[in-house]
Amino acid sequence: MEISRHWRLRKQRYALVGEVCPHCEAKLFPPRDICPECGQEARTLYQFSGRGEVYSYTTVYEPPAGYEENAPYTVALIKLEEGPIVTAQLTDLGDQPVEIGTPVEMVTRRLRQDGDERGMIVYGYKFRPALARVAA
Amino acid sequence: MNDVNNNLLLKPVNPVGIVGYGAYVPRYRLPASEVARVWTNGQTALPIKEKSVPGLDEDVATMSIEAARNAMSRANISPAELRAVWVGSESHPYAVKPTSTLVAEAIGAVPNVQAADWQFACKAGTEAMVAAIGFVGSGMARYAMAIGMDTAQGRPGDALEYTAGAGGAAFVLGPADESLAIIDATYSFVTDTPDFWRRAYAKYPEHGQRFTGEPAYFKHIMEAAQALMEATHTSAADYKYAVFHQPNTKFPQRVASMLGFTKEQIAAGLLVPVIGNTYAGAAIIGLTAILDIAEPGDRVLMVSFGSGAGSDAFAITVADAIRERRDRAPRTQDYIARRTLIDYATYARYRGKITMK
Repeated sequence: MEISRHWRLRKQRYALVGEVCPHCEAKLFPPRDICPECGQEARTLYQFSGRGEVYSYTTVYEPPAGYEENAPYTVALIKLEEGPIVTAQLTDLGDQPVEIGTPVEMVTRRLRQDGDERGMIVYGYKFRPALARVAA
Repeated sequence: MNDVNNNLLLKPVNPVGIVGYGAYVPRYRLPASEVARVWTNGQTALPIKEKSVPGLDEDVATMSIEAARNAMSRANISPAELRAVWVGSESHPYAVKPTSTLVAEAIGAVPNVQAADWQFACKAGTEAMVAAIGFVGSGMARYAMAIGMDTAQGRPGDALEYTAGAGGAAFVLGPADESLAIIDATYSFVTDTPDFWRRAYAKYPEHGQRFTGEPAYFKHIMEAAQALMEATHTSAADYKYAVFHQPNTKFPQRVASMLGFTKEQIAAGLLVPVIGNTYAGAAIIGLTAILDIAEPGDRVLMVSFGSGAGSDAFAITVADAIRERRDRAPRTQDYIARRTLIDYATYARYRGKITMK
């Protein structure tokens, strides 16, 4: 049971809330309170747009414990449009091929359950291919 | 307007409208012919073409979050201004623990907010909308969000398995003068009618076969629609669009015809043939598809139906703000066009119908 950790991370996990450095404007994700660019304190919350592109990816066929239900699944490094690179699962791929550079957007999804079906459901960010606007 | 009819209407003190709206439909589709192939050797008349199926990592909470984000994009208000986030569904992920707190947290509406989950079979979403109209119209809140969303299940092989789909919509209700569509009036018609239910701990619902038709669906929708039109001195011809709860293709077509509406009036909101019955989302996702194409001045009649049983009827007039706001988020048809067909085996895995232990 890791209830306290899931609870503590909920803002960054549900909505990609990171930080912006008030000194050098660098956008930080995950939030770490110290800017890795200029070394000064950075505690201002920043809501990322959720848009980015696939920087690299791989498909997991032998998942770690807790992720068996979703396998096989694709994990990617996503370069956010604000700069940071985050690791996340890709979802809603359907029959759509993944390529480096594929535009993606953040969605909040079920990551896993804590323990068995009696445990809490853990939600967090994943990325999916950017939804095409087809309707006129 | 005579006093009796006027007293029946649910009208707020201050005029209220829809400030923002958003739809969501998952990517996967199961053709009804796949259900027929597995269970009847293909010897069944199909009630729809295909239904939407949620992915392995989707549920009513995640789907509500996306619809809510779309609604907030169109409303263009700060989430901190919402005083209610209400989610209506018959498939909340937890038996005990609100879906609404999770949605409110994800869209940044916490902590100064009312949050609650609503339940009334397929009309839980419109029930939340009527409550939100009251919340805003009384002056208790400037903005309130109401969501109807479902990932409904039918017993394998049952008539409901052909149609039980996934999807829904979210609405931000607010002052009429800021709205993209004005709520002119609503009316609710409710009786205790046992046409469909799911007992505690049961995975699949039970239904009364033909009993679900005349005394349930048709009776409640007809009564609600007729009372609303009578009290507002309108007739079918006054509405550009109409949308009714859509559990299959025939029921809404027939009730529309009984009420004097044409095929053209219901075409834009009739989504059940391509996404299935989205239960608490069914009438309202028809409304989002209509708002996606409606023009200022167009009038819309929406009537939901929830088993158990009741209907909420809404008279809505589209306002000028629709033109600038509708393209701030994906349209309903964008989600419908994003479509990957799956077979019955994949569906069985996605919907947890395969026993793993």
